[in-house]
Amino acid sequence: METKMNQKLSLLREEILRISGVNPKKCMRCGKCTGTCPAYHEMEYHPHEVVDFVDRGEIVPLLDAPSLDRCLSCMACTERCPRGVEPSKLVEAVCTVRQRLRGGYTFSPDDIPARLDEDMPQQLLVSAMRKYRK
Amino acid sequence: MQRIGVFVCHCGTNIAATVDVGAVADAVRGEWGVVYAADYPYMCSQTGQRMIIDAVKEHALTALVICSCSPRMHEATFRRTAQAAGINPYMIEIANIREQCSWVHKDIASATEKAIVLARAAIAKVHLNTPLTPGQSAVTKRALVIGGGIAGIQTALDIAEAGFPVDIVEREPTIGGKMAQLDKTFPTLDCAACILTPKMVDAAQHENIRILSYAEVVEVGGFVGNFHVKIKKKPRYVKEDLCTGCGICTEKCPQKQVPNAFNLNMDTHRAIYIPFAQAVPKVAVIDPDACNMLKNGKCGVCARVCSAGAIDYRQEPETIEEEYGAIVAATGYNPIPMDAFDEYAYSLSPDVITSLELERLTNAAGPTQGQLQRPSDGRHPHTVVFVQCVGSRCSADARRGKEYCSKICCMYTAKHAMLIRDKYPDTEVYVFYIDVRTPGKNFDEFQRRAVEEYGVHYIKGMVGRVTPQGEVLRVQASDLLNGRQMNVDADLVVLAAAIEPDKSARALATKLNASMDTNDFFTEAHPKLRPVESPTAGVFLSGTCQGPKDIPETVAQASAAAAKVIGLLSKQTLLGNPCVAQSDPMLCSGCAQCAGVCPAGAISYEDKEFRMPDRSMKVRRVACVNAAVCLGCGACTVACPSGAMDLQGFKNDQIMAEVDAICK
Repeated sequence: METKMNQKLSLLREEILRISGVNPKKCMRCGKCTGTCPAYHEMEYHPHEVVDFVDRGEIVPLLDAPSLDRCLSCMACTERCPRGVEPSKLVEAVCTVRQRLRGGYTFSPDDIPARLDEDMPQQLLVSAMRKYRK
Repeated sequence: MQRIGVFVCHCGTNIAATVDVGAVADAVRGEWGVVYAADYPYMCSQTGQRMIIDAVKEHALTALVICSCSPRMHEATFRRTAQAAGINPYMIEIANIREQCSWVHKDIASATEKAIVLARAAIAKVHLNTPLTPGQSAVTKRALVIGGGIAGIQTALDIAEAGFPVDIVEREPTIGGKMAQLDKTFPTLDCAACILTPKMVDAAQHENIRILSYAEVVEVGGFVGNFHVKIKKKPRYVKEDLCTGCGICTEKCPQKQVPNAFNLNMDTHRAIYIPFAQAVPKVAVIDPDACNMLKNGKCGVCARVCSAGAIDYRQEPETIEEEYGAIVAATGYNPIPMDAFDEYAYSLSPDVITSLELERLTNAAGPTQGQLQRPSDGRHPHTVVFVQCVGSRCSADARRGKEYCSKICCMYTAKHAMLIRDKYPDTEVYVFYIDVRTPGKNFDEFQRRAVEEYGVHYIKGMVGRVTPQGEVLRVQASDLLNGRQMNVDADLVVLAAAIEPDKSARALATKLNASMDTNDFFTEAHPKLRPVESPTAGVFLSGTCQGPKDIPETVAQASAAAAKVIGLLSKQTLLGNPCVAQSDPMLCSGCAQCAGVCPAGAISYEDKEFRMPDRSMKVRRVACVNAAVCLGCGACTVACPSGAMDLQGFKNDQIMAEVDAICK
C-alpha cells in the first residue's frame, strides 16, 4: 500500500520536474527567491520550500497547500535566482499537476492565440487561465 | 660638536594642514648645533633629497634631523640620502611629526608646538649619535628543509634547481607525508600518488638534494647564514646503501601483527617493512618494538633471506652535524584526536571513521585495495553520513576543538561524497554542514557538482549524536532549513576532523627560536607582506606548519619559501643591523637576566679575565651578544640591573637626552 503511494508520489514528482523543466538540485538554499517574493505573507510554503519539497519528493503538503494559488506569477524569484533554478516555474508546475488531479481542463487551446501578447510571458497567461478559469 | 641640518617635510597637506611647518623650521634654527633648517613639500622626493645633499655640502653638516613621517616609512630612504651626501647613514634622526603629531591632532597651534618639541628631542639625540657600521657575515650555501611532505619536497626541489645543496630531514622512514596517504585530490580528482611520486623520485635523484629519512633535528645553533645543526638519524637496522628494496624480508618476517601506521592502523605489516610501494628511499626498516631478534635475540629470518646482506641488527643512532645558511620548517599537520567528540561514537564503533581513514579505505593501495567496506564486517555501506567541522570552529571556552576553520574539509568531503556516489550509485550520501566554504579556483563549481550531478544530500545542520544500534549507526541531526530533526540509519559515518600542527613543531620552534601562535602554528614575519618568513632571520615557513592549507596553496607557499631561501643563499655576505645590543664587561655581573628576556637567543656567556685592583687576575662570567642574531629590540637593556647592556643607536644617554629635551 505504502509502496504504491510512494510510487505515485514519485511519478508526480517526475511530472512536476518534466512540466517545469526545473532541476531543484541546482538550488543552493540561499533564500533569494523567498527574500524577493511579494506574496510572502500570503503563502504557508515559500518559494525555497517548494523547491526543497519537490527535491525531497514531499509532494503531498504541496497538493494541499491553498497558498500556491496566491503566487502572483510575477516571476521575481526566477529573475533573481543566482543559480537559475526558476522557482516560479516549479510553483506553476505543481499547480498544473494539482489541477489535472482535480480533473479540471476548462480552457480550450483555441482561446489562447487571441490572448497572446508579444511582451507577456507565456507563463503568466497560463497562470491567469488557472486562476480565473471560472 | 655636530653641525646639524633640520629638514621639515610638509608631506603635501598630511603634515602642513595641521602643523605650521615654517614655524617649526624657524623655531629650531636657533637650537644649539643647528646650522641649517628648511621646509619642503616632499622631503622624500628626488628634489627633496637633492636639497638635503646640497645643504650638507654647502653647510658642512655632520648630522641630520628629518621631521617627517614614521621612520618605518622613510628612514631607509634618508639613510641612503645621508650616505650619498657623504655622511654616515646612522648620523640621522627622524622626528615623526605625521603619525604621532599631525594625524592625531586638530588644533594647529598645539600640533605645531608638539612638532617643535619632537624636533628638539631628535636634535638632542642626534648630538650623541655615533657613526655605525653594519657587521658582515658569510653565508653557508646550503639549506635545510625540516619535513619531507609535499611542502618540504617542493621547497627542496626549487632550491636545488637554483643550484644550492639542500638536505631534507624527515622523521618517518620515507618522504611523502600526508599527501602520500591520500587517494584522489580535489578539484581535478587526479590520483595523489600519480602526481606526488614523480616529485619524490625527482627529490631522490637530484644531485643537490640529500634525503635524511628516519631522522630528526636535535639541536640548532648559530644564526642567519651560519646555522649549525645536529641531526639524529634513527637506526633502521637495515643498511641504506645495500638494501635494494626487493621486499623479500617483508614477506618472510614471522612477526605479522604490527599495526600499519601508514594505513592508520587499519591493517598490519611485518616487523620489517617498507611503508608503501613508492617509498623514497625504498629501504626496509625494522620496528625495534616488534622485532623478535632485537627484543630477545631469537629469529634472524630477514638477515638470512636478504641476498644483499643489508640487515644490521647492531646499527646505532647516527649524529650528523652540518652547517646551513637557511632553514625551512615544513612540519605539516595531523587530524586532531576524536576523544573529546564521543557523541559521534568514534571510540564505540569501527564504522565511525575519520576522513583520512576513508582516504586509505578508498585507496587502491589501502587495506581494502580500494573497495569501500565497513571496517566492522567488510560489508559495502549503503548509507554514508559525513559530518563536517568536527573540532573546527569551536570557541575557546568550549574547551575542545580548535577555534579556526580547518579550510580543507569542505572540499575533501565533497570529493569523498562525489567519489562514493560515482563508484557506488546505490549508496545514499548525506553531508551535514554548518557552512560550505569553498573559495578557490574551481572549488565551488566542484562542490555544486557533488550536489547537482551526483545527488549528494547536503543538509545544513550538525549531527547531534551517533548511536550504534545493532548493525546500523543511528544518526540524529538537525535539518535547519526545514526546521526539523532528522534521523538517518547509516552504515558508515565519516568525521571531518579538524587539523592541527604536528606535535613536533613546538619543540622545533624552541630550537629555531621561531615564534608560534596559540594554536602552535608558526608565526609569519608579517601576515600579509612577509608570509613565508618567520620573524627569526634565516628561518622560513612552508606548508601547513604555518596554517591550514590545501595542496595548491601548500605548493605555492613552498615555492615562495624556496625563492626567499635562494635570495638569501645567493648573497656572498649578509649585512647586519648595527643597532644591536652591546654589553660592557666591566659593568656586567653575569646575572643572565638579559638572556632570559632575549627573544632571539642572541646572548651567551663567556668567561673573561679581569685585572683586579690588587693586580691579581680574576675570571668572571659576562654576557656576550651575537650581533648577527640580535634583533635590536632593547629588551635586554631594560632587564639589565647594572646598566651594562646598551643598544647601539638607542643608547641610554641618547634616550635620556630626548626625554630631557621634551621636558625642558
